[in-house]
Amino acid sequence: MSALLSLQGVGKRFRGLVAVDRVSFQVPEGAIFAVIGPNGAGKTTLFNMIAGALEPSEGTITFAGAATTGLTADAVCRRGIARTFQIVRPFPALSVEDNVIVGALLHRHDVGAARAHARALLQRLDLYDKRHRIAATLTLPDRKRLEVARALATGPRLLLLDEVMAGLRPTETDRMVAILRELNREGGLTILLIEHVMRAVMALASRVLVLDHGVAIAEGAPEAIVRDPAVVQSYLGAEAV
Amino acid sequence: MIGRFTAGVAPRGALLLALLFAALAAAPWFVNDYLLTVLIIILYFAYAGQAWNIMMGFAGQLSLGHALYVGLGSYVAATLFVRYGVGPWFGFLAAIPVAAACGGAIGYLAFRFGVAGVYFAILTIAFAEFARIGFDHFDFVNGTSGLFLPVSEHARTDLWRLRGSPTMFYYVILAATVAAFALCHLLMRSRIGYFWLAIREDEEAARAAGIDTFRYKMIAVMVSAAVTSFAGVFYAFFYNNLFPEQVFGISRSIEIILGPIIGGIGTLFGPILGAFVITGLAETLTSLMSAYGIDLPGAKQVFDGVCLLIVIVALPEGVWPPLARRLGVMKEPK
Amino acid sequence: MPLDVYLNVAVGGVLTGLVYGLMALGLSVIFGVVRVVNFAHGEMMTIAMYIAVVLFSALHVDPLVLLVPIAAVLFAFGYVLQAALINPFVRRPEHTQFLLLVALALIISNALLIVFGPDARAVQTSYALDSMQFGPVIVDTAKVYAGAAAIIVTAALFGFFRFTLVGKAIRACADNYTGALVVGLDVKRLYALTFGLGTACVGAAGTMAVLIIDTTPMLGPGYTLLAFVIVITGGLGSMPGALVGGVLIGVTEAIAGLLFTPSAKSMFAFGILVLVLLFRPQGLLGRRAA
Repeated sequence: MSALLSLQGVGKRFRGLVAVDRVSFQVPEGAIFAVIGPNGAGKTTLFNMIAGALEPSEGTITFAGAATTGLTADAVCRRGIARTFQIVRPFPALSVEDNVIVGALLHRHDVGAARAHARALLQRLDLYDKRHRIAATLTLPDRKRLEVARALATGPRLLLLDEVMAGLRPTETDRMVAILRELNREGGLTILLIEHVMRAVMALASRVLVLDHGVAIAEGAPEAIVRDPAVVQSYLGAEAV
Repeated sequence: MIGRFTAGVAPRGALLLALLFAALAAAPWFVNDYLLTVLIIILYFAYAGQAWNIMMGFAGQLSLGHALYVGLGSYVAATLFVRYGVGPWFGFLAAIPVAAACGGAIGYLAFRFGVAGVYFAILTIAFAEFARIGFDHFDFVNGTSGLFLPVSEHARTDLWRLRGSPTMFYYVILAATVAAFALCHLLMRSRIGYFWLAIREDEEAARAAGIDTFRYKMIAVMVSAAVTSFAGVFYAFFYNNLFPEQVFGISRSIEIILGPIIGGIGTLFGPILGAFVITGLAETLTSLMSAYGIDLPGAKQVFDGVCLLIVIVALPEGVWPPLARRLGVMKEPK
Repeated sequence: MPLDVYLNVAVGGVLTGLVYGLMALGLSVIFGVVRVVNFAHGEMMTIAMYIAVVLFSALHVDPLVLLVPIAAVLFAFGYVLQAALINPFVRRPEHTQFLLLVALALIISNALLIVFGPDARAVQTSYALDSMQFGPVIVDTAKVYAGAAAIIVTAALFGFFRFTLVGKAIRACADNYTGALVVGLDVKRLYALTFGLGTACVGAAGTMAVLIIDTTPMLGPGYTLLAFVIVITGGLGSMPGALVGGVLIGVTEAIAGLLFTPSAKSMFAFGILVLVLLFRPQGLLGRRAA
């Protein structure tokens, strides 16, 4: 399986502070890849660089065979990478349905077709019944699912999820895990996720990258990572195993 | 086509709208000349406010210099008429690219360099002022002495040259307002409309959803500018005299935004209702004052300012949304 | 034209620019701390000018003597405005606050028009027509006094922010709102205080301005715009920048008024605004936007 996303020596410096230090890894197509690490490790910065919200100070990012380093966020999305935000950002005054229609309109010019596609996605994400509710009135788990729906509507090959499980109760987490697994298995969607909730990481990821202070300190299968002494020391703690 | 037009419109709303239109269409038979002129002014601001709303209510860009586009429309059409005998409808066609280009220039400067929010507003004010002073010194259009359009003595109606009775002007501006309303209605349901709303709500999230925000903001600004320029053409041919101070002045820009803000930014009907409310009330005040023999220049503006203040403090959504909810005509949530 | 004419005009421009700079400083202080764009800034300056004019014709006291009381009145006005009208609006979208001040500006300008009428009022001090000579340079006495007063007031303001406890508290709020709250500062009161300081600057500037300019009710919008151009040119968040910007604009306007028609001189302020936005958006002395 070829690499859908490939990072080579990607780094980000903020005036003397090194947020991400020459990280390299590859995400094969169809995989679910997790990035974990303590707070401040540079995970979201890494995401922002992949998504085009930040420009890397060094290194190259290649997606589907073409370089995407330095492209703007909207260009990156048009290439096929969609993302969610750590602090959820649905369009607050728009309805649930309209939020997803915005995403669906990226590759469709007809509003009717976009609406149909949006409704199908809302069905999949258990939001269909709430499609006329205003986004700002939704609960946090619903808003998270809405953001995922909107991202999916853009028809991505790679989905970037930034702590999508944060703030969810265990049952909601399990539901989200089930949805993501379904999208991956049936839709062939490649997923790259930042997560703190180890329950989700262990259930979903085929491969895990561990970041600490901007440096990749370990990469491998989840079972191996969880036992890696460096990882245990910097992040997990002995009890997590 | 009709389906796209009527989809999502509450039947009650459509009915009320139809009744309003019928009333307005029949108005010249029932009102005196003075009231007809007031209605013309109301519809003028309804039209201009609707055009302004495209930039602000849809794309979220606050323009406080919209008089620039009115002025450009006025001067382009009037100059072509006075110097070359070109009729106002061609004048409008000529004004569109001029206004759109200016809007585009402002948009480009602002969006490329991240000038947003209130700084964008300041930039728009600066450009309008620049035009005002520039036109004051522009001898080709007579500068401060003013540009005057020839008025024919006969009362015959010449739609082609926009010469005629107030009734003719009334129907022209009514048709224009209806057209602007229809245009906004269609835009709001189109792909562009959705993108504009997304940009207005959260520009960064819109970019993350693949929207080229620069492009769509530019389109909003240019469309708004072009549509506004017709108000200028109308103004020139209705009043028949143009002075840069009158046409480009900042008070004009503020008058344009009163309707949409009082009525409700971002709604379709808000600018129209707002124009009725504020112009109606202001004219009532003015007539009351002259009935008592009081002539106080500036009183109307103080009244406008107080109304604006009250709406901002107490009715942040504007007058229309709460009213629409009461009447049960709020359309599908957008 | 002979060089010394340019020199005289330029120096006059510098002095006028210092007064502009003080006015813009008020705006910068308000925006830098409270993050409110005071669209009624020019109108407040006009209020101060009218107070000076009225008191002058009633009491025959030199406006500069009235500087402190007028600044105090404007301080109170700003304080009350922030506390009563703007503080409650802190959570609303940015353009709401701005439009609030637009409405206020409209009301103030036209209220002044109603009360005072459209005719220009001038303050005829004893030295109104005198000039002073410094070496080869000849400048209006009024401008010298106004410029000197501007420098003194500005220095006082800098001193306040640098050395007093309250001043440092205000700077803390500007740097880190949450941090200031955590440390126990009464941020709302400090905001009101800061707004008051900003309007006090405007009050002082207005008092000086009556020495140089005739007072009309509709001066407001022009000055508001000028203040913004200066603050953006000098650099947002930079107090010295406001002064530098003011002097720059003052000189440019003066020279432009000499070379071209006087009425076109404000076009140059706009030209500078556009140039700054294009090539150095953070302004001459501003910090790079975060």
